[in-house]
Parts: sequence; C-alpha cells; structure tokens
Amino acid sequence: MEPNEQKQGRLDIEAIRQELAGQGGKRYWRSLEQVADTQEFQLWLEDEFPHRKTLLEIDRRSMLKVMGASIALAGLSGCRGAFLDQEKAVPYVKQPEELVPGKPMFYATSIPLCGYGVGVLVEQHEGRPTKIEGNPDHPESQGSTNSIMQASILSMYDPDRSQNVSSAGEISTWEEYEKVLKEALAKQKSKQGAGIRILTDTVASPLLAASLDAFLEAYPAATWHSWDPIGRDNARGGSQAAFGKVVNTTYNLAQAKVIVSLDSDFLVSGPGHLRYSRDFADGRRLEVTGGSMNRLYQFESFPTVTGTNADHRWAIKASDVASVTAAIAAALGVASDAGAAPVDAATISKIVKDLQANPGTSAVIPGEGQPASVHHLCHAINEKLGNNGKTVLHGPRVDFGPANHLQSITQLTEAIKSSKVDILLILGANPVYNAPADLDFGNAIASAKLKVHHGLYFDETSAKCDWHLPLTHFLEEWGDVRGYDGTLSLIQPLIAPLFESKSHVELVQRALGNAEAPFNTLKSSYATRLPGKKWDIALNLGVIADSKPAEVAISVSGTAPSIPMLRVSGPEVILREDSHVFDGRYANNGWLQELPKPLSKITWDNAIHISPRMAQEKGIESEDEVELEFNGQKVKGGAWVLPGHPEDSITVLLGYGRTAGGTIANRAGFNAYPMRTSSALSWGHGGNLKKTNHIFPLSSVQVHHEMEGRDIVRTGTLAEWNADPALTPETKHHFEKVSMYPDKVFDYDGPQWGMTVDLNTCIGCNACVTACQAENNIPVVGKEQVKRGRELHWIRLDRYYVGGLDQPTETVHQPVMCVHCEKAPCEPVCPVGATMHSHEGLNQMVYNRCVGTRYCSNNCPYKVRRFNYLNYVDNQDQFMESSMDTPMIPVPLASDKKVIIPGKVTHEKTHGRNLLKMVQNPDVTMRGRGIMEKCTYCVQRINDTRIEAKKQGREIKDGEVVTACEQACPTKAIVFGNVADKESRVSKLREDKRSYLLLEELNTRPRTSYLGRVRNPNPEITA
Amino acid sequence: MAKETLNEDLITGQQTYVSLDNTIGSMVLDGKRHKKNWYVMLGIAFMLLNGFMLAVGWLLYQGVGVWGNNVPTGWAFDIINFVWWIGIGHAGTLISAILLLVRQQWRNSINRFAEAMTLFAVLCAAQYPLLHTGRPWVAAYWLMPYPNIMGLWPQFRSPLIWDVFAVTTYALVSILFWFVGLIPDLATLRDKSTNKIGQKIFGFLSLGWRGSMKHWHRYEQAYLLLAGLSTPLVLSVHTIVSYDFAMSIVPGWNVTVFPPYFVAGAVFAGFAMVLLIGLPLRAWYGLKDMITMKHIDWMCKIMLATGLIVFYGYFLEVFYAYYSANPAEISLAEWRFYGPYSPAYWALIICNGIIPQLLWVPKFRRNLPLVFIVCLFISVGMWLERFVIIPMSLMKNYLPASDRFYYPTIVDFTMFFGTIGLFFFMMWLFIRFLPVINMFEMKDLLFKQNLKKEKEAEEKQEAGVH
Repeated sequence: MEPNEQKQGRLDIEAIRQELAGQGGKRYWRSLEQVADTQEFQLWLEDEFPHRKTLLEIDRRSMLKVMGASIALAGLSGCRGAFLDQEKAVPYVKQPEELVPGKPMFYATSIPLCGYGVGVLVEQHEGRPTKIEGNPDHPESQGSTNSIMQASILSMYDPDRSQNVSSAGEISTWEEYEKVLKEALAKQKSKQGAGIRILTDTVASPLLAASLDAFLEAYPAATWHSWDPIGRDNARGGSQAAFGKVVNTTYNLAQAKVIVSLDSDFLVSGPGHLRYSRDFADGRRLEVTGGSMNRLYQFESFPTVTGTNADHRWAIKASDVASVTAAIAAALGVASDAGAAPVDAATISKIVKDLQANPGTSAVIPGEGQPASVHHLCHAINEKLGNNGKTVLHGPRVDFGPANHLQSITQLTEAIKSSKVDILLILGANPVYNAPADLDFGNAIASAKLKVHHGLYFDETSAKCDWHLPLTHFLEEWGDVRGYDGTLSLIQPLIAPLFESKSHVELVQRALGNAEAPFNTLKSSYATRLPGKKWDIALNLGVIADSKPAEVAISVSGTAPSIPMLRVSGPEVILREDSHVFDGRYANNGWLQELPKPLSKITWDNAIHISPRMAQEKGIESEDEVELEFNGQKVKGGAWVLPGHPEDSITVLLGYGRTAGGTIANRAGFNAYPMRTSSALSWGHGGNLKKTNHIFPLSSVQVHHEMEGRDIVRTGTLAEWNADPALTPETKHHFEKVSMYPDKVFDYDGPQWGMTVDLNTCIGCNACVTACQAENNIPVVGKEQVKRGRELHWIRLDRYYVGGLDQPTETVHQPVMCVHCEKAPCEPVCPVGATMHSHEGLNQMVYNRCVGTRYCSNNCPYKVRRFNYLNYVDNQDQFMESSMDTPMIPVPLASDKKVIIPGKVTHEKTHGRNLLKMVQNPDVTMRGRGIMEKCTYCVQRINDTRIEAKKQGREIKDGEVVTACEQACPTKAIVFGNVADKESRVSKLREDKRSYLLLEELNTRPRTSYLGRVRNPNPEITA
Repeated sequence: MAKETLNEDLITGQQTYVSLDNTIGSMVLDGKRHKKNWYVMLGIAFMLLNGFMLAVGWLLYQGVGVWGNNVPTGWAFDIINFVWWIGIGHAGTLISAILLLVRQQWRNSINRFAEAMTLFAVLCAAQYPLLHTGRPWVAAYWLMPYPNIMGLWPQFRSPLIWDVFAVTTYALVSILFWFVGLIPDLATLRDKSTNKIGQKIFGFLSLGWRGSMKHWHRYEQAYLLLAGLSTPLVLSVHTIVSYDFAMSIVPGWNVTVFPPYFVAGAVFAGFAMVLLIGLPLRAWYGLKDMITMKHIDWMCKIMLATGLIVFYGYFLEVFYAYYSANPAEISLAEWRFYGPYSPAYWALIICNGIIPQLLWVPKFRRNLPLVFIVCLFISVGMWLERFVIIPMSLMKNYLPASDRFYYPTIVDFTMFFGTIGLFFFMMWLFIRFLPVINMFEMKDLLFKQNLKKEKEAEEKQEAGVH
C-alpha cells in the first residue's frame, strides 16, 4: 500500500476531540468516523461498497485476475450439493411412513365457503395438494363438491396471491408490522381499545371467534364489525323478528314432498346447498322411490338452476316475491290481507292446497336476497304447516359477530368518518370494493389512522390501507369451522404456506402477544373437547363427530309483518352475486371464469340480463353494449337476452370489474357495486337502460337453444312416465338394429366400462365440469378463445329451452362428454390411428400419435372432442401479464431472483407458470399444441384401480372406479361402472326403461346412456 | 379492334412452321416480348407470395389457432382452399390426357399452360394438407407408410390416407406428363437459343433430344402411356377428395352424389381458370391465331355442361336433406337458406348456377370480356361451394347445443390470397421461361390442317373438273 493511501484512512483523534469539545448542548454521535466527518465516512454513507474500484481504476492485469477468479468461482455454483448449500429438495433418506412416491395421499380438511365450512378430502402428491374431493363424513358434502370447491385448489397456486407483507407500497416484514401494531396498541391500552375496529367477513370458525373475543376482552372498548356483501342479514333478521332470537334455519329436504321456493336458489348457492341438492334429488330418484316424487314450486326474479329444476316456475319481479309470500300466508291464515300478487289467486290457492295436503312434509324456503319480513312470514308459514322440527330445522346460530352486517359496516364507516378509529384491522373482507356505495367506504377509510388489511390478494382494500398482510389459503392453515348446520370440522394444512402468509387466527393471536404455533393454538382450544386419541380421530375424519348442535325448540312470536302490497311498475334492477366468482372473491380463478354460467352460458364476463320482451321493446340484442343508470350511477356492460327472465326487470351480476383483483379478475366484466346502496342491496326500482352504439362481445359457449324437435333430451311428466316409462318421444326414429356384422364386436372378457347420466336428478350445477378440469389438467383458454369456440372442457352442459321464448315451460340440462361409442365414427377417419378402442370399450386418444387433422372431431356427432388450437398449456401469458401496479412480486419456488423493486412490476412470467404447474395432476398427460383430446372416462383412475385389484388378486368391484365427474356430482346423477356385469349399478340403470342412447339412430352404440327427465307438475295447475 | 370471328380452323392467320416457332419460342428467348403487364402481374403475385410466407411462418410459430377454425368447425379455409386448388388443377389433366386419348386436336394450343396450371394448382393445394394439421412436423411423415420398428402404419380406412396417395400420385404423374411433353419443345428452344446459358439449360433439360424417328416413336408411346395413367386420375383424385366428406356422417357431407358432383365441379372450375389465364395471355402475347375463338367457344360449352351437373348437385343436396327426413339434414339445409351465412349460399347459386347460363347464347360466348367475367364468377362460386360444404355444414350439428359460429381471421385470408400469389408467381415465371403453347403439336396441327385444306382444294378442283 502506498503511504498516502494509508494516511487517508487514519483518524485524527485530536481533531475529533476538538470538534466535540467545541459543541454546546446535546449532540449524539454514532462513531468516531462520523464526528471526524472524514471523506471515508462520507463515502460510506453514499456508497454501499466504498472501497470498490471502478473499471477505470483497475489495470489490465488485475482485471484479468478478477475475471479469471469470477469465472472459476462461477463454476463452483455447479458444486451445489457437493460442498455448497443444497437448495433443492432431496429425496427422503428415510421414507416417511405410509408415503409411497407416486401414490397420492388423502387428507381431510374443510373449506370455508362464504364462511361456512364444507368438509373435503384433498389429494396430495408428495406433499403437493392437487385435487379436492368432498368428505363423505361431512353432512353437507357427503362426498360431493361444487365448482368453487373444485377450483379453490387453483386459487392456492394463484401467482397473483399476495406474497409479502407490504406497507405503503414497499415490501416489508411481519416483524416491522408487529412493531408498528405494538406501538399503536400500546397507545390504546389506556383507552381500553376504544379506537380499535376489527372488520371481518362471515366468521363461522369458533377458534377465530374465540381469538377475537379474547382480543375484545383485552381491549373491551374495541368493536368487531362484519361485512359480507352476500351475507345472511335477511335470514338472521327474519328469525330475530319471528322468534326473538337469531337461529340457524336449515331444511331437511329428504322429508319434503312439496317445496315452495321464494326466490331462493337453494340447490346451488348458500350454506347447505350441496346437502339440499342431494336430498332434493333423492326425492326424485324414481328407481329408488318407486315412482313418487317431490314437487318444487319456484317463484324467482332471475332464471336460476333451482328454477330449471322446478316443476312449476314463475318469473316475477323481486319486489313481487313478498306479495306472493303474503298471499300464501294469507291463504294459510297466518297473515291478514293478501292483496295483489303477480300470480293469480286460484293458482296460489292450489299451491296452498298442495302444501296443506303435506303437513310436516313440505317446506317454504325464502331467498337470501328477500327482506327479513319475507323470512319472518316463511317461518310463520312453516310453523303453520307443522314443518318445524321435520323439514324445517332451527338450530342455534352458527356464525359469529354482528348479526346485521349492513348495520355493522354502516356503524364502522360512521366511526371512521368521525375519526374515532385509530386502528382498523380488516380480516379478509374487501369493503373498498364491495361495501354499499352510499357509504363511500373507499374514501372514508382514509380517516382511519392505522389501517391493516389481511387478505389473500393485494386487493382494492389493501391499496387503501397502510399495511397489507398476506393471508394463508385454507390448504395452508390450521383452523376449525362450522358447517351449514353447525357441525364442526377441522382445517388442517396440506402444505406449508407458499408465501409469507399467516392465518386470521394467527394474526389475532399475535396481536395479543401470543406467538404460539397455530397448530398448538388449535389443539389446545380442543383440549377438553377432543382429548387424547379423539383429536387424532377427528383430524383423520376431518369432521368432529356429533358436533351438530341440538335443535332449538322455538315458535313464532310476534305478529306477522305487514308487507306492502304495492306492485311497483317501472323497471327494477336486481343485483345478484355471480354463481361462480360469487361476490368477486373468486374472480381471479381462471377455472371459475371460464366455467359457463348455468343459463346464459357466458364465460369471463358479467352481463346486464333482460327478458326477450324488454329486449324487443328497447331494440337491444345480446352483446349490445348498454348503459344502465341506477341509483345515480351509470355502468356500461354487455346486454344478454335471457329467456325466462322476469319482465320489467334488469339483472346485473356482481363480482366483476375488479381493479385490483389480480390479472384475470381485472380483465373480466364491469363493476356493478357502485350501483349497490344500503337501500338497494338486492334490488331497487328505477333502472334506466340505454343502448349505446357499441358492441360488447361476450363469450357464450352455447348459441343455439332449442332441440328443434329432435330426440335429444327425453322429458315427460310423472303421469306420462307412469303411462310410458320409456318416455318415448314423438319424433323417435324407427330404428332397427340391422347390421351385416355379428353383434359380438366387443365381446371380450373383463370389464366393459360404461356410464349413465340421470337427467332427472342432474340439476345443471357445473360441478362435474370443474371437477373434470381439475382432474384432467384441462387448461383455460381465455375469453377470446372461448369466443372462437375453442374451450377445452371435456364435459359440456347443454342447456335447452322447451316452450315459449319469454317464459320457457322447461329448461333442461344435459351433460355431454365423450360417450365412448362402441362403433365410434372418430376412429376410422383418423389417418394415423391416433384414436383407438381399448378392449375394455374405451375410446382412447393416443396423444403422442395425434397429428391434429381434426377429422375425428368433424366426424363426432356429439362434438365432444376438443382441440388444442394453440399451446394452451404453456402459453398462459395472457393470464400472467400482471396488470397490478403494486409491488407484489411473485417469487415463489426456488426462484433465484429475490430482488424486489418497490413500486415496479417485475412479474416474472416463468414464476407464475412454475407456480401454476403445481396444480397439475401427475397421473394425467399434459397436451401440447395441435393435439386432440376428450373425455377418457378417467382412464388413470381405472388403471389405478385395476392395478390395485390385480395386486389383491380380485376383480374390480362395482363402484370402485369413480370418475371425477361422478365423484363431484352433488346429486349423484352420474354413475360409472362395468356394463358387462349385469349386477352393476350402471347395468341396472341401463336396463331402466327411462334409459336411452343419445343419437341412437346413428348406430354409434354409445357406452354412456341417459335417463329421461321426469317432472312432477301439480295436475291442477295447467299454466 | 376488329371483332374476332368464329372460324372453323384451329390455327388462324397466315402461319408457317417458322412463324409458329417464332411466335411461341420468342416468348422465352426474347425478353423484350414481356411488357409492363408481365412485370406488374409478377410483382403483385410476388407480394401476395410474401404475405403467404409470413402467414405460414406465423402459423408454424403459433399453431393452427391463428386461423378461425374451432370445434365444431375443424376444417375451414384450409380444406376449402385445398379442394378449390385441386379442382382447378383438374382441367389441365382433362385437357392433356382425356382429350389426347379421344384425339381432340384442339387441345394442342392450350394443353401446355393448362398442364402447368395443374401443377401449380396442385402445388398450392399441397400447402394445406400438411399445414392444416396440428403438428405438421410429424404429420409430414406419419401419414406415409414407412417401415418402422414400432410397426406403426397409417390407418388405411381413413379417407385422408386415400387422399395422401391420390394427391401425391396426381402430382407425380402430372409433373411427368408435363415434362415429357416439354422435351421436344425444349430441344427446339435449345436449337433456337442464341445465348450460352440458354443453350446449356435447355440442352440439359431436353435430355439429348434429336428428333429422330426413334425418339418420336418413344415419345409418342411414353406420352400415351402417361395419358392413360392420368385419365383415371382425373376422375379418381376428386372422387377421393369428395370421400373426405362423403364417407363421414356429418350432416351435409354424407351424400352419395359427392363424387360425380365434385369431379364435374373440378372440371368446371378448371376450365374457368384456363380461360382466366388464357384470355389475357392471347391478348398480351399475340397468340390469337393459336388460341382461337373456336377454343374459347368449346371451353365455354364444357363449362356450361359441367356447370349444369354441379347445379344439379346443389339441387340434389337439398332434395336429399328433405327426402332423408333427418332433422339434422333438414335443419342444415334451412341454415344454408336462411342462416347468417346464407348470403354465401345464395351467392354460390348465382355464381355457379345462374350466371353460367349466359353461355347458352353463342353471342355471349364470343364476347371475351363477358366470358372473362363469367369465369371470374365461376371461380368465386366454386370457392363458395366449398365454403358452403365445409364450414357451413360443420357449424350445424346433430346436437344443436354444439352449434357454434365460425369466422375466419386475417391469417386465413392472407394464406388464401397468398396461394393465389404463389400460383400466379409460378405461372408468370412459366410464361417467361418455358413455351406456353406446345410448339411441335401446333406444327403437327398446322401440317394436318394444311393437308386437310389441300385435300379439300383438290376435291374442289376435281369437282370443278367434272
């Protein structure tokens, strides 16, 4: 070293002493270097590496030395695992018990749906959850699932999920957050926590409720608010009014012979719908019931799945439902005047007669969107009919927190506006997006001092908060939850949190200073209830046995509410939750977005639905852009003309038009929440619809709605079925089985696979479609590709209208997947023989052999073949471009780029892709571009079962092979099995008189058969 | 311009063997005979060809999804264009082979460029079968029967495999036929050529032709044999192409009338294309004495005849739909009449059914601009016919719920016009570098015509004497 360099680095102690001595007052100094204010110190302040050399300072020889060393050291990275740290996972040195690589394991857990738990079994491959199935031990699921449950696995691997703690747009840490919170809470101690507000959505987890209660105990003046945009305020309010206390009303439809639904979509939405649909279907399974059927009367303000399954359906304005309820109540004598109902009195009296004829075996079900007074009246009606304790069950309240969410969020907003809120903890809810528009929560929130949002996504609310904390997905957390009837079930993680997330319980516990591991918190909370082995059993089952609370004996007190009998004219605007993205919380899920809506079959968008008559009057066609003015707000969206929609009303679906919902969510639809005010949460009067001169393209997967008199779905009434159990259609072809060849083409030993789909019990809920997508690694293709007609779903639910355009007399659903023709037209036309028949009767696709001529698809009369027009598996870029202007950067899974630049989008496309790859089922081949694919009858499951049976040296048992669609089906309308075995369920159903083959006249001899649909209309009602 | 008259002679004007050689041969040997028209046409074709190459590049990069095809419409522009081009090619083979076998001397002046047209049309058609597959890199050889250790063969039950054989055979025979027919002319050009390069190239290509009796003898034998081979191909290729549809169970495809109706349609379209090229050619290059009004008249008559067969086919399709009482067939027929794409159907009826009826009138057959326009309509009509048959049928299904709308993309159009570019690019190069009219056959014709005239003169004289 040269002398002058040495000198530069030396401190002049004397100078420092003088410096310090010359100062008056207090002066804090950090180090001698600072005081000396040396050049060195300045450099250190400015530069992280003060003594590094710039390129200009390095001579050639040193440069070569450094470069040489760099290259040599770079080579060392190849020595990972040898003597450097090994980052990658290694195979088990000691194999864990029960785990066989390549064999999935199933664990029981629970999924909270709108807060209420449904038990599930999750398939896990080497620690990676891949598929969700229903838990047969759970009273709601009974082994079935719905689409949202199936798709929730994809949400877990969503690359748009928030992955870091962030504060004011900067990545931060939990420690930082907790430090800030601790300081804030310390200030609240003296005020008893008067400035603390906690906002949750629906909470049905006893552990979370207990944690929150503990928090409220520590800060007695703090308040717990709740807000769920699609909550059960009305149901709670109705029971409060009727019984003087909030009870949880559930229905035992297995016992119900006559059901009247008042704007309720109980078959596919709301807590308990899986159970209700199963019980409802069981009541019409003709081969089991021996010919008796329940009867459903449906009054509804929007065409719903439940409506399509009704025996009588009236499309009425939402505001008229109350009148109908009052009319029924009056006819039963539980309310005074009936007034003017939109349905004539004679019809009402016939319905009432039917109800009265079935005391104790009927049920009147009010819709969640209907006001508390309607719920109140329904309680009175059910009591009068003697249904309580039989078909209508009242149990103690299941959820926790404020009973009236609207009131609660209003109070919270007022408190914030009056600057009373110092700490606002938002757990899961997204009020900035979905609070009633008149509250102006989005702007009000700024008045709260410390705002913390804990959620799965960095959403609209996160953007307005000081802190965003990532929430665990339910597959990553420990917890508990109550089901629709109060049954307790446990939530156990299937995987360690992918990101730095924590559960709500953990967050609240940590705020209380309890840093206990979440598992311990949960276990200790069940220490008395589930001691010792009982805990293990409960964890294994997923459901806590006998935890369903006893019913409460209760009767309607108070007088029946008077319902204004005014029939308001002028268009009514109905705001409904979407059947798939719900209130918007599932909007970033590609599977749910691409899932066709049950009736309109629209994907990727919400729409403004109107009736054909209104469309005609206003000159509007589907896919016209329209402007809807309502509650002083204007939204623009695509119009959709929906047969069966009530007249004089306009329905808009909520949950779309997200601005910070994630890549997918932000692109889909328009936001209808700005029109939704406290006074018009479900509907309101005075919508003004105007056509603009633009087109709003909507991707609907079905454009043709009539059967054109063809023999496609066989339907009939119960009376017709009694007369002719085959439901022979008028247009049936006189088809004789004439063939030049011996009819022993598939006379092989071994099982012959086949399937039956009972159209009588199929409710058209879409669960099978998503289940198939999850099982068979079916990629989403995006709105534009759906518009082109290239969606890849292996099952499609065909929906046909019967009867008039305005009010179709019947709407039928028909799931169509590959029917595995014994004489498949697709097979002989393939030039390379890529589609062949297996000896077990499967029509197989050999992906590796397929060259993609698409001839097989052209020649398939059922059009169930799907073609990969583009590389849909890898080209998911359309979903990967982040449109979020937040610093949430997915850096999951062994990413080597952990550099985070706050405020900049550095969304690495490959990261998202890597994460999405985790969801794939390893048992099913991925299909690349240019390949034909279709339903395989879940051949991977067949093979798995066959191997197992072979190992055990036995035949495959009936019901042992369960296809994904069959497993998910809430009504068990799909049955799969061996048609060669005459004793199998599927054979017996094929022998049923109602059984028919789709397009039998083409002589394709499908292995999938359908069972005709039977309705049970009231013979007295002709309309 | 003096009105051209219909003449009994197939060669008009004062022609000698030398003048024939000069008129035709100089188009190759004398670059100055190609005026602005040639350069403009070549330039346009070249631009379209470039668009084609871009589209194909994009297609290979992205996948067939760059087209508008979907499920249920698995085939659309790809197969429309394939069938259209194959059809156009047919006239060439018909003129060369069948008319040769039935000793129709009038074919001599048009067979060469009609054959070239066949080749280029087949070349254009050949772009599609491979590119339309999802994975052309494997389709390229998996469709061929080749021995492999996995023992995998193509499936011989599939009409697409028959197609592969039909089209490859057709392309091979057409090339051979065309080239063999060129040999004597190539030798003439070699002899007439004044520059070294021309002499070398034509010398090489003429395979040592010296015009000896032996050569002529063998040439005639080979040419007849090839004509014999080609003749069944005229019928078989398009029959097999029609099997792609007729063998399936798709409503609108499963019709027994397809084979004859397709073959007639092919000849119909082919003659229209011959005229579309021949009419400007004779005007621009002074070939009016060789492609005479008589040729045009006869070709118009052939178009009229085949057009009527095609029209009958359209009628039968509708008849079958209703006669079958198959609701899917009936609904398809009505979809064609009234559906959103019904303009395409009615345009087809007008183009192929109504407009060609003008050719009944002799006066119209001699009105060359009108004939040209009719031919244009026929070409468009034949394309529409395939549009009606392929995507319009596929859009309608046995299960109405699977009906979906098809609409093409810009890539579809770029590729379609691109193949037109490819076709004309090749055609104009051919006009520049090879004799468009068979010189030796024209001389043969002139000889025979002179002989006939002499004979007639003698007979007249004799009659005068008596």
